Amino acid sequence: MATDLTRVKPYGDTMNDGVMQLSFSMPAPYGEEAKEAARQLVMKMGLTEPQIYHMKDLGEGYTYFIVYGKCEHHVDYTTIQVPKVESQVMSFYDINHYIEEHIGRKVVVVGACTGTDAHTVGIDAIMNMKGYNGEYGLERYPWVDAYNLGSQVENDVLLAKALELQADVLLVSQIVTQKGVHITNLTELVELLEAEGLRDRFLLICGGPRISHELALELGFDAGFGPGSLAPHVASYFSQEIAKRVEK
Amino acid sequence: MEERLHLDPQKINRGREAARKIAEGVDQFIAPLTTVAVERTVARLFGIDGIDDEYVPLPNRVVDHLLEKGGLGRGVAPWLIQAMMHEEQDAQTIAERVAQGELDLTKVPTRSDEEISRFGKQIADQQLDRIAQNRKKRDEYLATLGEGKKPYLYVIVATGDIYEDAVQARSAARQGADIIAVIRSTGQSLIDYVPYGATREGFGGTYATQENFRIMRQALDEVGEEEGRYIRLCNYCSGLCMPEIAVMGALERLDVMLNDALYGILFRDINMQRTLIDQAFSRMINSYAGIIINTGEDNYLTTADAVEAAHTVLASQFINEQIALLSGLPEEQMGLGHAFEMSPELEDGFLLELAQAQMARQIFPDAPLKYMPPTKHMTGNIFKGHIQDTLFNLISVMTGQGIQLLGMMTEAMHTPHIHDRQLAIENAQYVFNNARNLGQEIQFRPGGKIEKRAQEVLDEAVQLLEDVQETGFFEAIHRGTFADVKRALDGGKGLVGVIRKSVDYYNPMEQELRKRLQLPSREEVSHGYRSY
Repeated sequence: MATDLTRVKPYGDTMNDGVMQLSFSMPAPYGEEAKEAARQLVMKMGLTEPQIYHMKDLGEGYTYFIVYGKCEHHVDYTTIQVPKVESQVMSFYDINHYIEEHIGRKVVVVGACTGTDAHTVGIDAIMNMKGYNGEYGLERYPWVDAYNLGSQVENDVLLAKALELQADVLLVSQIVTQKGVHITNLTELVELLEAEGLRDRFLLICGGPRISHELALELGFDAGFGPGSLAPHVASYFSQEIAKRVEK
Repeated sequence: MEERLHLDPQKINRGREAARKIAEGVDQFIAPLTTVAVERTVARLFGIDGIDDEYVPLPNRVVDHLLEKGGLGRGVAPWLIQAMMHEEQDAQTIAERVAQGELDLTKVPTRSDEEISRFGKQIADQQLDRIAQNRKKRDEYLATLGEGKKPYLYVIVATGDIYEDAVQARSAARQGADIIAVIRSTGQSLIDYVPYGATREGFGGTYATQENFRIMRQALDEVGEEEGRYIRLCNYCSGLCMPEIAVMGALERLDVMLNDALYGILFRDINMQRTLIDQAFSRMINSYAGIIINTGEDNYLTTADAVEAAHTVLASQFINEQIALLSGLPEEQMGLGHAFEMSPELEDGFLLELAQAQMARQIFPDAPLKYMPPTKHMTGNIFKGHIQDTLFNLISVMTGQGIQLLGMMTEAMHTPHIHDRQLAIENAQYVFNNARNLGQEIQFRPGGKIEKRAQEVLDEAVQLLEDVQETGFFEAIHRGTFADVKRALDGGKGLVGVIRKSVDYYNPMEQELRKRLQLPSREEVSHGYRSY
């Protein structure tokens, strides 16, 4: 069956049935009224024929629902444009070879988990010798000088260290995202760099579970890497970008 | 406990013996030292609480005052006692006057050692009796209300607002949770004071304050009475204010406390001297208050590989056990940590996890082991995550773990939503009930994969412990033995708060605690070490 990409909607088991699954809680006491409230809410979301398949009393006047409904909306896939990191992803060996050939010196990368964030899983996955999921981290790259400053690094400390080490690349990881604190931390770094007139001095990269390249650009970073990114993604990007700048 | 895996008891003894010597080495090192946090804890036990006009806690004001005057080597207690006797005022009033700059504790007329210790013992008795009273109250609740079956279902709340936390905690308790932990605001472990009062804003969690403890305790007592089950309250006795949090928890009847210096050293870069001194005192308090401590070995596996680093978890459990014993903490209160963190892609990974959990169970038969859920390999695929959590629950019930920190399908995404918790509890209840006695029905094949794996891990752990005993604990940490993280003796946060005790150092709280915990006094301990 041909798909009309100008009018795309959810698919359950029949083209254009629009079926979606939802689960959510509401601060409404368990009972028939709560069920009706959930049904009405789902209809307001643009889902017809809502079916409340499961509901559970969470106590304290809260109820949990699992709901299916049919989405009335559709989107035009053909007009969508998403900014992406445009570099070509290379392997560990190719990246090092590329840096040697096109840059001719080691690339200095300083990474940190900034603000009060104490979760180093992200920065460690990218930077630590061992890496993650079978991919070595940047510390293993012979043509990269990688400095992992760890967690809870203040932006001004990161900047001071970056200047001291003559960094080419700043890698910032943000895991804790409650109440948008990651945005605050990231924005503050850009503002700090701009205030010091140092914004163009570094290639500025951020990463984390709620980071996308689009968001990174919006915040004034050069690139952003979301969940599932590994060292080669990041290193391919910065080596090609630095080479581009060197060759200019 | 029946021996299911054939582990060599002599090897276990060797590991324990090496750990004992390591622990004694640590204890010997910290004996002549105290910290600002220990002294603030003593000040709190004297009854000092509250803040000044700039929100600085009064225990900090008093201790900083003595630090500035060069008097802290003697401990906070003798100065306070002299002032209380001379001014005929209570400790709180004395502290307020110090904060206002009206009183210099080092200028108050001195008293004889005998007078000071008579007065000190009185206060220590009074305050420790209060803690004993709380412990009795818990025992009464347990006797009348009862409690959930082990493994206890442990969930976290973390809204940042203590009043909203209380609602979520009550909801979780109604669904079946046995332990509620209030995650602390990120970064609290690194501030060198304890915030004051009820707090309604935090990042990634809620500040640990004495008032917040009280609010949550009350909420859980209420819901526990309604549900007919005692609900335990957990917080984080770690970071730069370790013993202060311990005493606040003891006074507000917390039941479980994360309490592990190694965690702070490795993952928060807290100076090792500072936090090991703090830990020794905080564990005495936890011990006396009947609080179960949780140790943080599970965290090693978030940075190191769970298969390769399994023996470091076991080695650390041995060390934590021996260090805890030196603070009088009984095995029944040792929630030694480990975790289900192997890659789900691994063939027979379940067997390796089972080996690890069963091994820990046999080596520490009386400890309510704290078993942590998968976190490192949780992906955002909530459906797969729910299955990972299910396998984790199955191992727990098969091997008789003590405290099950429930896995959330939304791990690695956000702090748990109210229904994430419900689904996690439902999962655990289903598996625990459905496979309650499975562990009793199975034997591991002698010489099979599971048994071999456990023996290998034990061998490696014993080797590691004997190496650490040889090189010294501090040097081992310096070399990155645990969690692949390296820390230096003089590095990290909080070293400035470490103070050498002067010859006339006096801490009536520690003296009395040691007596009540039937521990030898500091002097006797130091003497004992010299004999070998």
